Amino acid sequence: MKRRTFIQQSTAATALVTLGGFGFQSCNASVKTKKITILHTNDVHSHIDAFGPEDGRNANQGGVARRATLVEAIRNENPNTLLLDAGDIFQGTPYFNYYGGELEFKLMSKMKYDAATIGNHDFDNGIDGLYAQLPHASFQFLSANYNFKNTVMDTHVKPYHVFKKEGIKIGVFGVGIKLDGLVDKKMYKETDYLDPIEVATDMSRILKEEEQCDLIICLSHLGYYYSKNPNKVCDLSLAKATKNIDLIIGGHTHTFLPKPTVAQNSEGKNVLVNQVGCYGINLGKIDFYFDAENNKTADGTSIIV
Amino acid sequence: MKKHQLLISIFILINIYSCKQESLGVSKIEGKQIAIKDSLEIDKDFDAIISPYRARLEEDMNSVISYAPETYTKNNGDLNTAIGNLMADIVFEQGNIVFNKRTTKNIDAVLLNHGGIRSIISKGDITTETAFKVMPFENSIVVVALKGQQIDSMMQYLSEAKRAHPIQGIQLTLDKNYKISKALINGKPIIKNKTYYVATNDYLYNGGDKMRFFKPSDSVYYLDYKIRNAMIDYFKKVDTINPKIDNRFTQTK
Repeated sequence: MKRRTFIQQSTAATALVTLGGFGFQSCNASVKTKKITILHTNDVHSHIDAFGPEDGRNANQGGVARRATLVEAIRNENPNTLLLDAGDIFQGTPYFNYYGGELEFKLMSKMKYDAATIGNHDFDNGIDGLYAQLPHASFQFLSANYNFKNTVMDTHVKPYHVFKKEGIKIGVFGVGIKLDGLVDKKMYKETDYLDPIEVATDMSRILKEEEQCDLIICLSHLGYYYSKNPNKVCDLSLAKATKNIDLIIGGHTHTFLPKPTVAQNSEGKNVLVNQVGCYGINLGKIDFYFDAENNKTADGTSIIV
Repeated sequence: MKKHQLLISIFILINIYSCKQESLGVSKIEGKQIAIKDSLEIDKDFDAIISPYRARLEEDMNSVISYAPETYTKNNGDLNTAIGNLMADIVFEQGNIVFNKRTTKNIDAVLLNHGGIRSIISKGDITTETAFKVMPFENSIVVVALKGQQIDSMMQYLSEAKRAHPIQGIQLTLDKNYKISKALINGKPIIKNKTYYVATNDYLYNGGDKMRFFKPSDSVYYLDYKIRNAMIDYFKKVDTINPKIDNRFTQTK
């Protein structure tokens, strides 16, 4: 479809050259390569401090104050950077038991997180406990398949947000895991869960066609894949069942991937699926280079992972 | 002629539009993961914000209350793990002190969930913080009176979950197809109409991890005893922990 419009436009341009003498080249000259950097975390679970030197598995890894140094260095290198989190910000260290998530949100705001989706553990002090910490968060909460209409979170969570970086429109939407059977109902109250695949199909259409986004990112807390329950909806099945999504940033399953997964969508196009384990041990970094369509190589987008 | 002019204007419009919109496409994607290591400097501003919160916590968290001779993880073991067995044993032992005092009855079995073990126990000193890390949730011990039929459903659940959900007082053996080949409670076969007292936590009692077999129940006893506090109390009285993988939940291959 896009290819067809492009051909039509070129024909028009060629026609103009003969008719009026305008050059199509004049506008091509202004097009330069643009780079968008997506940084991401998931399942940080209140790990404010780095693991101690005595830790049996993750000694000396992680820590918010170190992540802040890294994020700042990357932002200095490329200001066109988004910082995203795929949920389960809360629960896992006494910081949460003592302060209820206040410090987690304060630090994420200071680090200039742009958006986060909501994980099941973000309900661990009840939906009221999540709501109570909102004044400390200056980033967006995105969830398209939790309907908060009949809860205190109503109007505080958006299905998606479109970020603009150097003229490039980046649409980000959130999806969360089924809460029934996972979180006590008295915690999530009247939060309604909608089918993630249906919602993602809708979201990607809106972001592509109505919002005209150049890049579409799904921020997911569905989980990467369930080998013992292969029919359970997960990031890999979502990638396969939808179209127009460029990147799925996942969480929930605490999956450490050796490298981002290149999956195929319903049209056979590539979708990147990534997750960076848990506890703030890693930072995911995906760079998207934008170029004029007609400068692209014959084999399309090259993916280096 | 007019028609021709209109056509030109359309062309110009299209051209301007295509210029403005000049379809940018993704030409290259590079993806990687960067480890947050101690070679990265600590951002001083961030650390200054964290400091007062940390100081308050450390007062409480750093007291050494027991010792771990090994590192225990919930991934070490197939259908039962040393750390899971420890958790179930603690709930059994500590929970029964309260339950027996209150009702003169005894706990027959314990069921927790594998997902509820939130951290490893590292080799070395066990501190109050260890208990917070392994059991960050505010869940409390609940003892549920279940009939034999419900115990059957519980065994069925365990066989289908194929996970090392921590148990105590139960012996469950599965065949190679994950079908139950042996299911005992207190070392005896399950009696349909007998009432058994099963300790779990409030999250699971309310259907967490799809454990739907706890309800309806004959009676429920809320011990008002947090699992984390049971762990801390247990660690305080045990000098060195010694959990083992055993035969309480196994599969014959």
